[in-house]
Amino acid sequence: MAKMPYVAAIDAGIHQEMRRDPDVLYFGQNLATTENHEFVAAYGADRVRVTPISETAEIGIAIGAAMAGLRPVVELYMAEFMLVAMDQVVNEAPRFRYMSGGQVKVPLVLKAGYGFTCGWAGQHTGSLTALFMGVPGLKVVIPSTAADAKGLMATAIRDDNPVVYLHHYMLTLEQGEVPDGEYLVPFGKAEVRRAGGDVTVVATGWMVPRALAAAEMLAKEGISAEVIDPRTVAPLDLETILKSVDKTGRVVLVDQATRHASVTAMIAADIAEHRFKALKAPVVQVTAADTTIPYSEPLEAHVIPDEARIVAAVRAVLM
Amino acid sequence: MSLQPPNAERQIWMFTQMVRIRTFEERVKRTFIDHPGVIRGHTHLADGAEASIVGSLSHFREGDAALATYRCHGYPLALGSDPKAMMAEIYGRADGLCKGLGGSMHLTDVKRGFLGTSGIVGAGIPHAAGAAWSAQIRRKGNVVLSFFGDGASKQGAFHETLNIASLWKLPVVFVMENNGYNVVTTTAQEDASAAAGEPLAVKAKAHAMPGVTVDGTDPLAVYQTVGEAIERARAGQGPTLVESKVYRLSAHGNIIAPPGVPLHYPEHEAITVFGKREEYEAALRGDPVPRFRGALVQNGILTAAKADEISSRVASEMQEAVTFALNSPFPKVESALKYNFA
Repeated sequence: MAKMPYVAAIDAGIHQEMRRDPDVLYFGQNLATTENHEFVAAYGADRVRVTPISETAEIGIAIGAAMAGLRPVVELYMAEFMLVAMDQVVNEAPRFRYMSGGQVKVPLVLKAGYGFTCGWAGQHTGSLTALFMGVPGLKVVIPSTAADAKGLMATAIRDDNPVVYLHHYMLTLEQGEVPDGEYLVPFGKAEVRRAGGDVTVVATGWMVPRALAAAEMLAKEGISAEVIDPRTVAPLDLETILKSVDKTGRVVLVDQATRHASVTAMIAADIAEHRFKALKAPVVQVTAADTTIPYSEPLEAHVIPDEARIVAAVRAVLM
Repeated sequence: MSLQPPNAERQIWMFTQMVRIRTFEERVKRTFIDHPGVIRGHTHLADGAEASIVGSLSHFREGDAALATYRCHGYPLALGSDPKAMMAEIYGRADGLCKGLGGSMHLTDVKRGFLGTSGIVGAGIPHAAGAAWSAQIRRKGNVVLSFFGDGASKQGAFHETLNIASLWKLPVVFVMENNGYNVVTTTAQEDASAAAGEPLAVKAKAHAMPGVTVDGTDPLAVYQTVGEAIERARAGQGPTLVESKVYRLSAHGNIIAPPGVPLHYPEHEAITVFGKREEYEAALRGDPVPRFRGALVQNGILTAAKADEISSRVASEMQEAVTFALNSPFPKVESALKYNFA
């Protein structure tokens, strides 16, 4: 175990895989502009390249390289930049295996940060998970800890399908214990971050530490909240969530995305469909307001879920 | 660099492939009349582009790759795909090349180097560059051929990819089949180069690579031009943009209609939209398949009897493909969910 920031753990995951597999590529804008860049120095210019600002070509090239047997990791920096190349992400990468009747594989990782709500205003702050998680053929990964940042990246690179790897910008410098050596975190396995018996709280990304902080506050009032982090939303580990609902009968779903395009809406529907009779209160969603993210600090804080809103929602489902 | 012209045997092979593509697509087109309802959705034919397809793919070697568009029946035929499996795919059957999951627009035959076909205009161009990156770092002298139409050269994917391919000296040849029409829009209506009277190959200049225009109805000219571009790419000197001028002899595709309306091929847009029957008939007079046949007979490479024999052999081959495809069962419904993930 070593303590390191989330951002270093992502790199550790990429290093782990580039060391063991010469077919792994890493490229993107403003990456590796000198020979001293740590990835170029380690793996050479055949495998690590800087690109122009051409998201469509970057992602399209990754698809072609993947079809030809390589495993590209595309550094996209911000989830919004994928929107420039949405055809390649949604209607190219996940289609080829299917349309060819299983003849090709498209193993690639689209690495992008999201949710940068610290004054980046309207175009660099979105939580766009929902745009990707409904696309058959795409996997969507959201690490919330440094250990998961490493382990999910490594698993994403080894996966034989296109994976959208969404790291949260607000977590960039969060320190965490990260296992040394080869470390992989499986897809489709939620992590119970805190066990509890009164209420189930599901959260992703930056909302996980907020949900844990809320649980801490509630514990002082004698309320025991179970906090679940799905870690991957496609595939989604519904089983772990439903098992918790069986135990608590009360659910609060937390998501930084806007309400009408959130992971929570999907989970709420599944809980309603599969556990209606286990519920003792309506499911409550704590999401961002349906709005573009404002620049001004108090306005930004107003539209994003925080500990107080999570606590209030838990109290509401316990009433 | 200069390239030896193909020998007699190779020219006969080229002619045979052109006839195979033409005959296969005639059978696709006829299916709309002979077997209504058997072909669904949208189907696009390459008639008029056979010389360009075959001339380009004559240089294909083991380990090379080709990627194309929804107008994709010709390439796999020239690369050796089984027309029975291709027709079965177009008929949505279990024995289809892609198990009935892709259809006419998405033919793929990885074993023969035909890696993939995107139905979105221009979207497949970067895929070819990605495959070329793989060829570059594996250093076996392989190249990738990227086929697309004139319309794609107005897409960002085209310009973004040509820039990177040139910058990285990727072993890829961009073959733009300029058939003069983007669906029902003429090239001069949508392309500044064409409107200014310039060839579309000038677009290569912006990306610091050679741009050449070739008569895409002449298989030997295409053989020469694309062959030189391929040699250049194999030698590590980077990509070339080849503008191959062809005339699409069918309409863009079969009619687009909701269920209940029988599908068929309308007349070419030159006639239906622009009323230019003479333009279309001139293109028919220049049909590359009979023209190449005439040249081969005239040059003594083929006798008329031998040419007829080839045509009749191909006619039987494609009749077998139709019969096979009609008799192939539909895929089991479970296969609809089988290939989303590897």
